[in-house]
Amino acid sequence: MPKLNINGVDHQVDGPADMPLLWAIRDLVGLTGTKFGCGQALCGACTVHLDGYPTRSCQTFIGDLEGVKITTIEGLDGKVAETVQQVWTDLDVPQCGYCQSGQVMAAVALLTETPKPSDEDIDAALDGNLCRCATYHRIRAGVHEAARRLEA
Amino acid sequence: MLPKIIEHLAPAASVETTRRGFLMTAGAAAGALVVGFGSSPVRAAGAGAAAAAAPEPFDAYLKIADDGTVTVLSSQFDMGQGSYNGLATLVNEELGADWSKITVEGATGDLKLYGNLSWGGAVQGTGGSSSITTSFDRYRKAGAAARMLLTEAAAKEWNLPASEITAKDGVLRHASGPSAGFGEMAAKAAQLPVPKTIPLKGRDDWSLIGNADLRRYDSRAKTDGTHDFTIDVNLPGMLTAVMIHPPKFGAVVKSFDASKAKAMKGVVDVVETPRGIAVVGEHMWAALAGRDAVAVTWDETKAETRSSAQIMAGYHKAVEQAPQAVARTQGDAAKALAGAVKTVEATFDFPYLAHAAMEPLNAVARMNADGTLEIWGGLQLPGLYQGMVAKAAGIDPTKVVSHIMKTGGGFGRRGTPDGDVIVEAVMVAKAIGYKAPVKVQWTRENDMRGGRYRPAYVHKLTAGLDSDGNIVAWKHHIVGQSIVAGTPFQGLIQNGVDQTSVEGASNLPYAIPNMQVGLTTMKVGVPPLWWRAVGSTHTAYATEAFLDQVAAEAGKDPLALRLALLKDHPRHAAVLKLAAEKAGWDKKLPEGRFMGLAVHESFHSYVAHVAEISMKGGEVKVHRVVAAVDCGTVVNPDTVKAQIEGGTGFGLGAMLAEELTLGTGGVVDQGNYDTYTPLRISAMPKVEVHILPSTEPPTGVGEPGVPSIGPAVANAIRRATGKPITTLPLTRGMQS
Repeated sequence: MPKLNINGVDHQVDGPADMPLLWAIRDLVGLTGTKFGCGQALCGACTVHLDGYPTRSCQTFIGDLEGVKITTIEGLDGKVAETVQQVWTDLDVPQCGYCQSGQVMAAVALLTETPKPSDEDIDAALDGNLCRCATYHRIRAGVHEAARRLEA
Repeated sequence: MLPKIIEHLAPAASVETTRRGFLMTAGAAAGALVVGFGSSPVRAAGAGAAAAAAPEPFDAYLKIADDGTVTVLSSQFDMGQGSYNGLATLVNEELGADWSKITVEGATGDLKLYGNLSWGGAVQGTGGSSSITTSFDRYRKAGAAARMLLTEAAAKEWNLPASEITAKDGVLRHASGPSAGFGEMAAKAAQLPVPKTIPLKGRDDWSLIGNADLRRYDSRAKTDGTHDFTIDVNLPGMLTAVMIHPPKFGAVVKSFDASKAKAMKGVVDVVETPRGIAVVGEHMWAALAGRDAVAVTWDETKAETRSSAQIMAGYHKAVEQAPQAVARTQGDAAKALAGAVKTVEATFDFPYLAHAAMEPLNAVARMNADGTLEIWGGLQLPGLYQGMVAKAAGIDPTKVVSHIMKTGGGFGRRGTPDGDVIVEAVMVAKAIGYKAPVKVQWTRENDMRGGRYRPAYVHKLTAGLDSDGNIVAWKHHIVGQSIVAGTPFQGLIQNGVDQTSVEGASNLPYAIPNMQVGLTTMKVGVPPLWWRAVGSTHTAYATEAFLDQVAAEAGKDPLALRLALLKDHPRHAAVLKLAAEKAGWDKKLPEGRFMGLAVHESFHSYVAHVAEISMKGGEVKVHRVVAAVDCGTVVNPDTVKAQIEGGTGFGLGAMLAEELTLGTGGVVDQGNYDTYTPLRISAMPKVEVHILPSTEPPTGVGEPGVPSIGPAVANAIRRATGKPITTLPLTRGMQS
């Protein structure tokens, strides 16, 4: 049985090695903040961090994750994450909210790596995260605002 | 036009509801104040006595628990457009609760309470951007009634006049000292007689309505993963089913072999339903793995087997004939065209479009031991679904208990008149003998290939100019499928015209003396559906792109020409002027930049877009968009902006690159976001939204941000390249 370290806790999960991490997180571990959107790594709704790196959990398989630290939206913490979530709330970025776990995971990873991203940096980092409500205008503004607050 | 649908809807909607079941839940919260409006203006129930004595079915718009939590019970569905927040704002403008203690739940039941007044009240539903319109008085009155009962209870308790007691931030207070939280007075308030008249605040006294600083109550939960959608419903013992749907619309199962799948670990059952094969697993991955092992053969006798190209060829042929039905006639368009000095003509092609909401369709069904059937889902038309679910299960509609879930986008897709995935979940639960609760979860491919698209259309427009370049004739012929034919909404077809096919074209606001708008409705086996902004998704483009082309032929400025033709339509003219002014329409643009504009009314709201673009290597880049909106009285200004921003992105994405096509034999070509390509962040322009101040009645904004962005961008491209874009999406139109 594959072992997964999710948000600092070890879980033995009863699933085959080729089971996508997304479904293990949602259906076996019971954390539902990570969303299913496409199953093909095309939309970013299922984004989690693997050792801090944003990754599509729908195309990551549980047999390959020995020794990897998996962080989901539920386990996100630290100054960057708190700032992003606060800004998202202050600017009312979400509409339906379904893609926003993935957007937040991607934005936190971007700001951790690139504290002062340009519009182009944001577009490049978040182009894989679809938002059908098209809240992109506010996502971009949110990343800039989070960068500003983190610098202050 | 909407009141006309009543008679058609009434039979389907007259289902007695489960509202009593809900009441028991509400009443069980001891000490709660529950406010609603039945045949008498307000009833309150706390210990249950008032409810028991009530002669009519009891219903509620809000409840206040003894801890001061206020739950607004929304008749309107929230797909992300902010209707829940809007209704909470209306309630709290009058109630005075602590905003951080307000939450909203979807409710369904008595049509007297929940019927959509914009639709004549005969059905509960969300659509046509009507949530604020139908709720504006109802939910303010509910808040006011609750506040009156609370202050009256405090007055009795303190032996002070109610008129001197204030309600603010969830606290009742008298200047002489006494104070109490709403929760402390809720049970006492519930025992009081209901006020006969409920005065509302005057416009000048509003503090929440129109307040741009008010934040949405639900944003936090949407950033930390705690906002639950249908996909997140998890019941004890619940199974997950994935569907194998027919590969062509109208095909049905002939036979299937599930022996391999059934032997797989985690696969619980494989069953046939009227809509296809369901593979039922212990969890999603087990069901998905099992699905790959099922072999199905299909009976395609009644299937639609034409390709998009074949369907469109038929439309092109039809558009050259006389229209089947006429939606608008004024003057004599044919005669005026014959006498025109110059004529301009264009034919526009619009593809099928998928809603492609981020949460693939889903629903949960559970049959209980007491014979009640519970359903969880994005119930956009809950009363209709209740009846359909009951029929599918073969039970009495009063046994159905509906749980209205928040939903990961909708754009029309959760408002299928036939119940679609909701009914499907019940079919699957029934097929496994109701042995466990079942969640039916579609894959992206199920969702993309599941039909219910914005129909494809072909439009032909002809305009006649006189020797001064004035437009003297306008002829418009629309060819496509009817969205409402054969549904409970078919009352929207009048004199052979499906209003949803021609809206935005038949009410063209421009002062043109001779006009004819005709419709030819085609029968195609691809299930159609409303798609955010419905008819205006194509009529706005056809009319506004064509008008720009005519302006160019007449040597006139597109803004000046429109303003001259809008002399009897000041609200159109005002948003157009405002957008043009804020965008700097008359200023010189940097080298290589071009602007285009468009204006459109949909659902009684008026929106104008100005787009600034550049062209590089045959590709368009939209740099900046300025929008102006007049939606009457504004409840949540920031939500209005958000909806116009999002509507702009949604409409732009469709115009640039979205199309759903049927290949040879009628199989849908697209399956996922690699081939069906909504807008991504890198293509999102900067958007500015300007709201026109207004004291007119409130109208909606969920849809009206969509229609005019496409033609605004197309008009900018035409000015850049000299070529009109008459085939959508642009990725196709630039080639042709």
